[in-house]
Amino acid sequence: MEISANTQAIAYLISAILFILALKGLTHPASARRGNYLGMAGMGIAILATLLGNEVQSYNLIVVGVIVGALIGIVLASRVQMTAMPQLVAALHSFVGMAAVLVAIGTYLNHDAAGTLNTVMMGELSVGIIIGAITFSGSVVAFAKLQGLVSGAPVKFKGQHALNAAMAVATVAFGFHFGMTESMTSLILMTLLAFILGFTLIIPIGGADMPVIISMLNSYSGWAAAATGFTLGNLLLIIVGALVGFSGAILSFIMCRAMNRSIINVVFGGFGSDAGGEASAVGQAAEKGVKSASVDDAIYWMEDANKVIIVPGYGMAVAQAQHALKEMLELLEARDVTVMFGIHPVAGRMPGHMNVLLAEADIPYDHVMEMDDVNSEFPTADVTLVVGANDVVNPAAKSDSSSPIYGMPILDAAKSRQVYFLKRSMNPGYSGVDNLLFYQDNTSLIFGDAKDTIEGMVSALKGGGH
Amino acid sequence: MPDTLVALYVFVLSCFIGYWVIWGVTPSLHTPLVALTNAISGIIIVGALLVTGLESAGTAAEIFGFIAVLLASINVFGGFLVTNRMLAMFKKKDK
Repeated sequence: MEISANTQAIAYLISAILFILALKGLTHPASARRGNYLGMAGMGIAILATLLGNEVQSYNLIVVGVIVGALIGIVLASRVQMTAMPQLVAALHSFVGMAAVLVAIGTYLNHDAAGTLNTVMMGELSVGIIIGAITFSGSVVAFAKLQGLVSGAPVKFKGQHALNAAMAVATVAFGFHFGMTESMTSLILMTLLAFILGFTLIIPIGGADMPVIISMLNSYSGWAAAATGFTLGNLLLIIVGALVGFSGAILSFIMCRAMNRSIINVVFGGFGSDAGGEASAVGQAAEKGVKSASVDDAIYWMEDANKVIIVPGYGMAVAQAQHALKEMLELLEARDVTVMFGIHPVAGRMPGHMNVLLAEADIPYDHVMEMDDVNSEFPTADVTLVVGANDVVNPAAKSDSSSPIYGMPILDAAKSRQVYFLKRSMNPGYSGVDNLLFYQDNTSLIFGDAKDTIEGMVSALKGGGH
Repeated sequence: MPDTLVALYVFVLSCFIGYWVIWGVTPSLHTPLVALTNAISGIIIVGALLVTGLESAGTAAEIFGFIAVLLASINVFGGFLVTNRMLAMFKKKDK
């Protein structure tokens, strides 16, 4: 069976509509799964319409590629742990980037053989290759950092930005030369330089800025698809590429706003430090005039509380403490304590990371509140329990104009009656800034692994508390 | 209107749709949003199919196209599946 170009165009239009509705479905958790199914339908229609169109004539390689790719994808998706979601996403972004590069080069070869190259097309090809290559190698670096294959700390050296700028200019120059002369050498040099540029652009960015970087690479993968659409004159690729590109761009903007930093500052700022050494946290705490407390102290306050707010951060993900938190939630609710979770937009390593981990632990999403909603709850909360978060509750962001995090919107944990910090050590947070909240009279730190500590609280509550 | 200009029209208008739709997404679903857009950007598979399936495609183009089909398929299948897995976990309180 073969379909006409017009039928194919209509199929692509239906597919594009389904993709838009799929994204629209994510407006609410209740409609989100249906949205995902619409997306699958859109993809199915797009692939079928392409295969049945008259351009695709040989199928053997395609069938093998799709089957092998599908198997790998299914295994990856069904095995990945929820805490490893940022790594998976980074890996998948790199595949889109590489695919865009390969499609562009393949298109060049096909048109070169047929003698149908023109300058506009070569320009579009170059854009596709540059964006795709940067997406690929940038995502590989992000993956390596998230997976812990390389240090999450920013890698900085003198003249870094000048070097990157020079490489960017050279990349574009080779692109122009290729477009003017069809020089294969320029095409290859441009491609190689773009790959290197992806590495050098992402390597200086620290681990906790990953929510922005993941969003940004998400955006790039969309623009790469759109550029491929221009090259091939395929409107579906252009539409979908624009949707994905804008989605990533908006997420980047939301993440930057939540840190009160500009995207320029995140990409070129080389912010953050890698704190080392965890020796004698309690000793350091005493030296600094910070109170440390035991599990029993915290339980004493929590079991009779009216309202407890839990603020999770990346530390919760590292300790895998979300399941213990779910158990604690049930025990506290059995005692008529209202429990809610307050999520800062940049908590974790990708946008919405905490929400997924809490959902994984079966914590109902109506207990999980965004920053703006939960901030009005802190003044009436008896206890705030901070689990592996730090900078996002630091009042210095409001009070200390000399602080690097000044101006960042924070969770007002400081306003609740009692604050308990679950911490492994006295090391400062990602920003390297000391947390003023530690020194507040109503704040105590409970040292230890977050999961162990919460399990301790759970068994204390089970034992009838005090 | 030349094709490239039509493409530009479609691109710009799609950007506006993307802008309006994405701002409506609830922040609690931002991770599934990234995973879903990732799956959707697997649409690059259409380009890969066109390169690989061309009857006159040379060996080099076929190899590049084949790898692109494979990578994009990982995205499509892995992306939608993992999004589905995540969304299945978002539950309301049992009544």
